[in-house]
Amino acid sequence: MAYSEEVLEHYENPRNVGKMDDNDSHVGTGMVGAPACGDVMRLQIKVSDDGIIEDAKFKTYGCGSAIASSSLVTEWVKGMTLEQASELKNTQIADQLALPPVKIHCSVLAEDAIKAAVEDYKKKQS
Amino acid sequence: MKLPIYFDYSATTPVDPRVAEKMVACLTLDGNFGNPASRSHLFGWKAEDAVETARKQVADLLSADPREIVWTSGATESDNLAIKGVARFYHKKGKHIVTSRIEHKAVLDTCRQLEREGFEVTYLDPDSEGLIHPEVVADAIREDTILVSLMHVNNEIGTITDIAAIGEITRAKGVIFHVDAAQSAGKVEIDLTKLKVDLMSFSAHKIYGPKGIGALYVRRKPRIRLEAIMHGGGHERGMRSGTLPTHQIVGMGEAFRLAKEELAADNAHMLSLRNRLWEGLKDMEEVHINGSFVQRVPANLNISFAFVEGESLLMSLKDLAVSSGSACTSASLEPSYVLRALGLSDELAHSSIRFSFGRFTTEDEIDHAIGQLKTAVSKLRELSPLWDMYKDGVDLSKVEWVHH
Repeated sequence: MAYSEEVLEHYENPRNVGKMDDNDSHVGTGMVGAPACGDVMRLQIKVSDDGIIEDAKFKTYGCGSAIASSSLVTEWVKGMTLEQASELKNTQIADQLALPPVKIHCSVLAEDAIKAAVEDYKKKQS
Repeated sequence: MKLPIYFDYSATTPVDPRVAEKMVACLTLDGNFGNPASRSHLFGWKAEDAVETARKQVADLLSADPREIVWTSGATESDNLAIKGVARFYHKKGKHIVTSRIEHKAVLDTCRQLEREGFEVTYLDPDSEGLIHPEVVADAIREDTILVSLMHVNNEIGTITDIAAIGEITRAKGVIFHVDAAQSAGKVEIDLTKLKVDLMSFSAHKIYGPKGIGALYVRRKPRIRLEAIMHGGGHERGMRSGTLPTHQIVGMGEAFRLAKEELAADNAHMLSLRNRLWEGLKDMEEVHINGSFVQRVPANLNISFAFVEGESLLMSLKDLAVSSGSACTSASLEPSYVLRALGLSDELAHSSIRFSFGRFTTEDEIDHAIGQLKTAVSKLRELSPLWDMYKDGVDLSKVEWVHH
């Protein structure tokens, strides 16, 4: 299969790879997917007291498109409010990376991951 | 070194230049281009001679009688002809067929078709090493079983089935035994004077012959009957009609002749390459060989790199033409059904790479592969949340995953 230049670029130089302290009350973690499906994404956000995402990290087990989708999302969400981040749509990711139809699920997974991270952060605050 | 390096000899092999040379001589006006079925002139006689020489060359590798060789378009057609041919000829004796879960699709899909036609099929499970045990076959045979169809060497994991022992069982029970030998010819010694195999499928392009030609061995004593699939001019004693492609057949004959001559040397070469590759990789963490290491052909090494997904690994192995056990690339997100049948965990099944090498693979190429693999696996493990969890001592089988 041929990969788009955008996917290859993120795959070769993934942004924001890493892991944050799960116990930090400013950190929200979203982990989605399953080894059975061939992809697992862990996306983490660090939120400032005024509700802005100031940092994001990810690790992904999956194909190149899954890695690129999560890498791209960590770039996008930095500086966003929680609300803006949870409004991100998978179609934006798929468009940006020019994902073929068989890889659309990778962008869905990235959307799910950021939503799960926001949820997790909110749960920690309440 | 020429990049990318070809490590997919189980998919197909390049044609040996010695084979290509023989084929070219059967195409043009100044060559042996005639129709082997033309009985009225020299052109036909010469072509027929070439076809019969090739038939003998194929038979010689197998210690078979040339009259037991039927030309087909490849192993897929041979499998179809053997299984459908037996089922449709012997259906009055019974409608039960035994095969296994790790067969090639040419066998599995043919069996599925026969199920739609009213036959019943038992799919045997391999053990965790990928082996189908003779006693499992014996237990599956019933009063109404007419056919057992098993592969000699598995195309994904390279394991060898004990067809000698299974043949004793099927012969004693009066059941026809078909073996797909597409991956074993030229790699494992096949002696059909000893093996109690009734039908055997072969392909030319897995052993340095051309694509588009194969053969089915059909035993004469005891005589096996088949209902033809292809009807027409009654070629191949009515079992497979269609003008014989002289150049393809001559190519297959030469490839089989060379395979017989070079079997020992080829195997020694591949064994040393296989051991070199494994020596270079085995000290990495969480690297597993899929399929028995003992009962397998040296030409194949199927390895799982745990916690790394196969398709992304392939993306990193830019210089290596290998095949992934995970069928992600073919748009279905299922890992290989063969690895599944071995009971591999999902993360291992999704992490497998099949290396297969052959006559033209060099030590330098193996060394290059080892280097690139090590770099790619450690890069992707750095990216893998599963690797983190494994390192933190989390049991992945106990995690509740959020399926999407």
